[in-house]
Amino acid sequence: MSELLQFLLSGVTVGAVYALVALGFTIIYNASDVVNFAQGEFVMLGGMITVAAYAAGAPLPLAALVAIVVTAALGVAMNKLTIEPARGAPVVSLVIITIGASIFIRGAAQLIFGKQIHTYPAFSGDDPIRILGATILPQSLWVIAGSVAVFIGLWLFFTRTLLGRAVLATSNNRLAAQLVGINTTFVMTLSFALSAGIGALAGVLVTPITMTSYDVGLAFALKGFAAAMLGGMGNPKGALVGGFLLGLLEGLTAGYISSQYKDAAAFIVILAVLFFLPQGLFGRKSTDRV
Amino acid sequence: MTLLSIEGLGISFGGLKAVNDVSFSVKPGEIVSVIGPNGAGKTTLFNMISGVYQPGSGKVILNGEDVTAMSPHLLARRGMCRTFQNLQVFQSMTVLENTIAGYHLQESGHVLSDLLNLPASRRRAREAEAGARELLKRVGLERAAEREAGSLSYGSLKRLEIARAMALKPKVLLLDEPAAGCNAVETEEIDHLIAEIAASGVAILLVEHDMKMVMRISNHIVVLDHGEKIAEGDPASVSQNPAVIAAYLGAENAAG
Repeated sequence: MSELLQFLLSGVTVGAVYALVALGFTIIYNASDVVNFAQGEFVMLGGMITVAAYAAGAPLPLAALVAIVVTAALGVAMNKLTIEPARGAPVVSLVIITIGASIFIRGAAQLIFGKQIHTYPAFSGDDPIRILGATILPQSLWVIAGSVAVFIGLWLFFTRTLLGRAVLATSNNRLAAQLVGINTTFVMTLSFALSAGIGALAGVLVTPITMTSYDVGLAFALKGFAAAMLGGMGNPKGALVGGFLLGLLEGLTAGYISSQYKDAAAFIVILAVLFFLPQGLFGRKSTDRV
Repeated sequence: MTLLSIEGLGISFGGLKAVNDVSFSVKPGEIVSVIGPNGAGKTTLFNMISGVYQPGSGKVILNGEDVTAMSPHLLARRGMCRTFQNLQVFQSMTVLENTIAGYHLQESGHVLSDLLNLPASRRRAREAEAGARELLKRVGLERAAEREAGSLSYGSLKRLEIARAMALKPKVLLLDEPAAGCNAVETEEIDHLIAEIAASGVAILLVEHDMKMVMRISNHIVVLDHGEKIAEGDPASVSQNPAVIAAYLGAENAAG
């Protein structure tokens, strides 16, 4: 019993990170139909910049804040330098551009931060909290709280605010959005800033548990993408549920079968879900008029 | 009193002058139609006026301000709205949501107050919805309000696009073939709708192929052929103009 609980707790922790990455995918996808494969690099940058700022003497909360702001700015720069000049290109081309950007960011990070593995202290100490015979790290609670808070914020943003609905309108029909007075260029800038900021937050929160190095981004991007697809691309609720489901699956597979198979099990389940529900668990059905 | 004036507008694609030195003006409450044979440059002219294309030469003056090549969202803020021949609606939103989107500019919502769902935000949302329903009634779509826009007929989508443009409370409305693909009954409905909008003081610039409709509702007609303005005037004088007849029927017919 306590064993199961232990696997579930570690699954939820990992799942919370995947959920954050998936939420990042959701925002840019909502604004532009583009799946941004550099999302994982934002996670890496969040951790790396915190490491650098902390090493330079900044207190940890300030270092974390600097990392999030700088990464958000880098997200905006990526949009201005790579996506905006290619506006009007097919979505597939834009997706390939994001893959290129992610390789570039990874390379630059290797040059700037080196190849070593880095970490910094957990926010609230390293003493495990005991729950019914299982344990959880205080840092895990930070990760879970972070992803739930970001989800609630985004959910309210997209459903209640004018700006959030302007983002949705832009994704639905860019020209029509411009016709009703929406500044679609600003919407894109905002989505990249938000996405990158959220990715960085994931990195900031998870680094004390998993540690970080220049090449951790790709794994986060793949898992986050899988989580977003599982929940239904474009839906914040789907991203959250998809992320936690994927994390739990991994946790249980690692615990009961073998940690060698955890990635395989996760991807097999995703394939099965997408086979029967191509739009994911919460995805809206697409209606294309011809 | 001129609201919109087009001064020597022109554009070339490669070596081809698609539109060359076209000028005319539109007053509030007036319906001005741009007609011409296929390929005369009507839609290209529209695309330049509405900021979709950047003109090669000439100016667009709206309310005394030079708005040449300004992007569509800024034009919308200055009171110029348009509809498209091939429809630009939010397909996966409902008819009501599409129309409410037109209220975007008037809803000066603050992100924080929206997030907290403060009374001011709720009131604003209620007002936008009431206004949108009123507009849908005006274009005869009130019973389709909750339907997904993608499921509407072509004629209904045309009217939805007009309703959304009206939600922006425009001073100038550019309509690109509003009656194209509509049956006779729908055309007449759109006819009435346009006349009504103009009567409320909105300047209307129209591109339309349905000559009967153009002759019936226009105050002023501009005729394009091969990108050049070949005639302009009231419907009666334009329909008698030999150059116009030649452009539409071919030069030999006019001569004979």
